[in-house]
Amino acid sequence: MLMTEAILLTIFTAATPLMIAALGELVTERSGVLNLGVEGMMIMGAVSGFAVAQLTGSAYLGALGGIAAGALFSLLFAFLTLTLVANQVATGLALTILGLGLSGLIGEGFVGQPGVKMFPIVIPFLSELPLVGKLLFSQDAIFYFSIALLIAINWFLFKTRAGLTLRSVGDNHKSAHSLGIDVIKIRYLAVMFGGACSGLAGAHLALVYVPQWVEGMSAGRGWIALALVVFASWRPFRILVGAYLFGAVTIAQLHIQAIDINSLTFLPSWLFYLAELIKAIPSQFLSSLPYIATIVVLVIISRNRRLTLINTPASLGKGFVPDR
Amino acid sequence: MKKTTSMIAAIGLSVAMVASFTPSVMAAKDKTKACFVYIGPTGDFGWTYQHDVGRKAVEAALGVETAYLENVPESADAARAIERFARSGCSIIFTTSFGYMDATNKVAKKFPDVKFEHATGYKRESPNVSTYSSKFYEGRYVLGQIAAKMSKTGVAGYIASFPIPEVVRGINAFTLGAQSINPDFKLKVVWVNTWFDPGKESDAAKTLIDQGVDILTQHTDSTAPMQVAAERGILAFGQASDMIKFGPKTQMTSIIDNWDDYYIERVKAVMDGTWTSTDTWGGMDEELVHMAPITNVPDDVKAMGEATIAKIKSGEFKPFTGPITKQDGTEWLKAGEVAEVGTLLGMNFYVKGVDDKLPE
Amino acid sequence: MRIELERRAAHSKLFSVLSPFIALGLTLIAGVIMFTALGLNPINALYSFFIEPLTEIWSVHELIIKATPLVLIAVGLSVCFSSNNWNIGAEGQLVMGAVAGSILPIMYPELTGWWVLILILLMGMAGGAAWAAIPAFFKNRFGANEILTSLMLVYVAQLFLDWLVRGRWRNPEGYNFPESRTFTDWQTLPEIFPSSGPAHYGAVLALIVVFIAWFMMGKTLKGFQVKVIGQAPRAGRFAGFSAKKMTMVAFLISGALAGLAGISEITGVIKQLQPTISPGYGFAAIIVAFLGRLNPLGVLAAGLILALSYLGGEAAQISLGISDKVGRVFQGVLLFFVLASDTLIHYKIKFIRSTKRSAQT
Repeated sequence: MLMTEAILLTIFTAATPLMIAALGELVTERSGVLNLGVEGMMIMGAVSGFAVAQLTGSAYLGALGGIAAGALFSLLFAFLTLTLVANQVATGLALTILGLGLSGLIGEGFVGQPGVKMFPIVIPFLSELPLVGKLLFSQDAIFYFSIALLIAINWFLFKTRAGLTLRSVGDNHKSAHSLGIDVIKIRYLAVMFGGACSGLAGAHLALVYVPQWVEGMSAGRGWIALALVVFASWRPFRILVGAYLFGAVTIAQLHIQAIDINSLTFLPSWLFYLAELIKAIPSQFLSSLPYIATIVVLVIISRNRRLTLINTPASLGKGFVPDR
Repeated sequence: MKKTTSMIAAIGLSVAMVASFTPSVMAAKDKTKACFVYIGPTGDFGWTYQHDVGRKAVEAALGVETAYLENVPESADAARAIERFARSGCSIIFTTSFGYMDATNKVAKKFPDVKFEHATGYKRESPNVSTYSSKFYEGRYVLGQIAAKMSKTGVAGYIASFPIPEVVRGINAFTLGAQSINPDFKLKVVWVNTWFDPGKESDAAKTLIDQGVDILTQHTDSTAPMQVAAERGILAFGQASDMIKFGPKTQMTSIIDNWDDYYIERVKAVMDGTWTSTDTWGGMDEELVHMAPITNVPDDVKAMGEATIAKIKSGEFKPFTGPITKQDGTEWLKAGEVAEVGTLLGMNFYVKGVDDKLPE
Repeated sequence: MRIELERRAAHSKLFSVLSPFIALGLTLIAGVIMFTALGLNPINALYSFFIEPLTEIWSVHELIIKATPLVLIAVGLSVCFSSNNWNIGAEGQLVMGAVAGSILPIMYPELTGWWVLILILLMGMAGGAAWAAIPAFFKNRFGANEILTSLMLVYVAQLFLDWLVRGRWRNPEGYNFPESRTFTDWQTLPEIFPSSGPAHYGAVLALIVVFIAWFMMGKTLKGFQVKVIGQAPRAGRFAGFSAKKMTMVAFLISGALAGLAGISEITGVIKQLQPTISPGYGFAAIIVAFLGRLNPLGVLAAGLILALSYLGGEAAQISLGISDKVGRVFQGVLLFFVLASDTLIHYKIKFIRSTKRSAQT
């Protein structure tokens, strides 16, 4: 395997769960609901995905288990925030606390067991293409699904009537309601879709990324996914950019640490000098690079304020009770 | 309020006295309670998991009551957790993370009748505090030797957590072991700045493999690097527990944190009334460091590894024995000179051959 | 059966008072079911959770210590959230407050005098405020969403602290372990009642902050401005209030209070700088702010309740031998009931038999 290929593969694996969870949250937020419980739903997906795969021996059933668990768990959030109009921010955070605890309880019997790994599906012919072949056509099913999901969500939101309805609910629930749209029902579905995606992202962690179950293994990825939705200003393709940028910088900083500076002597001297400087940066600062990079890019792309405003769901985070 | 405290102390003292005068060992046994404060979840399959294995061993061997608190942060919460234990009738409290050092000593002063055991620290401010730690680096020397024998590229990858002396010692011992076989052996170090994040550890493992290492070792807690190594078809060493299940064709051996014997011994000392404040820094000789069976290597390598283990265990050989040169080229130890404990304890420099720079 | 809500004409005073008790009642019922299912005596379990931490003086001290940072941060966040600014990064501001406040004790340990501690606390507040100013500036200048920037800066702050404590600032006598030198008496917050327990003057500071915020938000024009801009930005603009200025002020206030929480944690309890200062107070305080309905007095009560649930979880671990996870699940359940019960303040809940069902029966 070529080195660039291998590096890109690593980045793809790191980015996939972030992208799936962020895409799901994007749909939820587009319907006007802010669910900060992504981390909790993700870890529930991870433990359920692992458990189902372990019990059935099938990683695919495991992925389905993760999806189901995430969707079911998000129902709790939906009931509180949609039916009882509880505060969305606080409920989302409480969901994360509950998820971290509950997943630990469920997973107690699964600690220290090697998991069922989801193997790549090699697509004949296409996978033999130079460079992109291995990268794009010799991946696991969840990766393919994440790309399909991206395209499907983009199409759904901007090309279908149902997508338009969902966005109108998120932009102005009052006028949507007066047009006869069942705001609460649509939001229930959107929250569950977000939960299902977070669950799948969790299952990806426990079945592809690191096939095992350990408590707290999501390690803050749910938060990053949440940030990516904002980063993307609620547009699906920007989530792709955000997730892969974050993944790329994460992996790049590890490579900077690992590279032998003497292997770079072929570089022009000023570049070599620059590389030496970068290599001298303490690892803590390198570790913070993905976060800083995300901020910097967000600042740059936010300057077109009108575009951001158009895409921000205006009713985001606000409770809705239909007048009767 | 002082009155209440002294009253509690008085009651505690009288209970202890009654216990010590009771002829039956069983009665004393019933009163002894061993308590454990953990930094992580018991399900981490690493550091905390191994301590919990030790706790269960105490329960099984001595039949005493045990209790634990998991996920106790190294913040203001630590002192509270330890004090709650001290007040709830624990006779001995093991605090199993470096960050609990000051909290342990603070609470210990308030509860002179309770014994405190702090792992990996150095402060023993009152006579009821002991410290204990393992010379994991002894195991790492063996890993280095095996790595140098097995590596084709002559470069190993090291996934490191945080730049503390414990980790630096491990890196140095590994390098010295490797250089004893192949003087040109190189070590690549990647700091992930976490003890536990399977995803990040897995990323680091892939990075190192992509950078051309063909042996992986880690000083972080999850089994993710072992799984990556298995997937990419290279060899690796386990950490904290025997990870052979995660890499049946990959793991060459593993450094196992074995707290069982130490914990049983110390709790028993409390039961017998022979407990005293000690500073234990034991290695293979005191059974604190175990090595998983050496596998997936040719017989001669296995024999070499086992021979080194035997020599370290018997005390015949110490990994930090000169001549050793520091990374900057200055001499650290002359030929035959053995490193002082103080220098090892606070080690913050690399030996020659480590391709990394320590933060200042 | 369906559940429908009907908005009350005015928010119910009765349920404002009653809803916490309804939540408690529901939590107790859920607790009995949950603990019985786990094979525990539910009465014992609930006693450990809610009563045991309050039965001893030292434990009450610990409760106050635990609640202090939560309340300090949550008060600042309520101001911030009321003005419709979403500061999710209080945890990072707490860390930077602790770092900035530690400059004096670590670099000039020989300083003595009563003013040293005051200066330390002020520097802590400045550190938190400065860190919070970054997202506010980016929001005002570039329109960058503050949820993302403030959250990302949490990780950056933590890694910065890590670098300091493991490098430059580590204790010269500490065998290169990752912790700073210990602060002297001049540099630490004294205990309020040293003979009975370790609660420190940070708690008093928190009470003062609660009172000032209550006064400011309820009685002053500034407080009115905050709410107007938060609830109806357009109306605020017509009234001549600057939303940008408000964003900056809201972030500075919440950052300064988070910084104060950080430095009071350092000078009051830990007494040195170390890699871990907070077990996520900055995030937990977001829950506290909303549980307290963004009202400073409510925040005080909510902070104490959340602190109690932490301590109760710990007590239950010891006295019942359950794991930390059960405690966390129970905490989650408690929060859900509290949040759900608040619905009653603004709405009447009606249970409506769906027509289909009634046709069948």
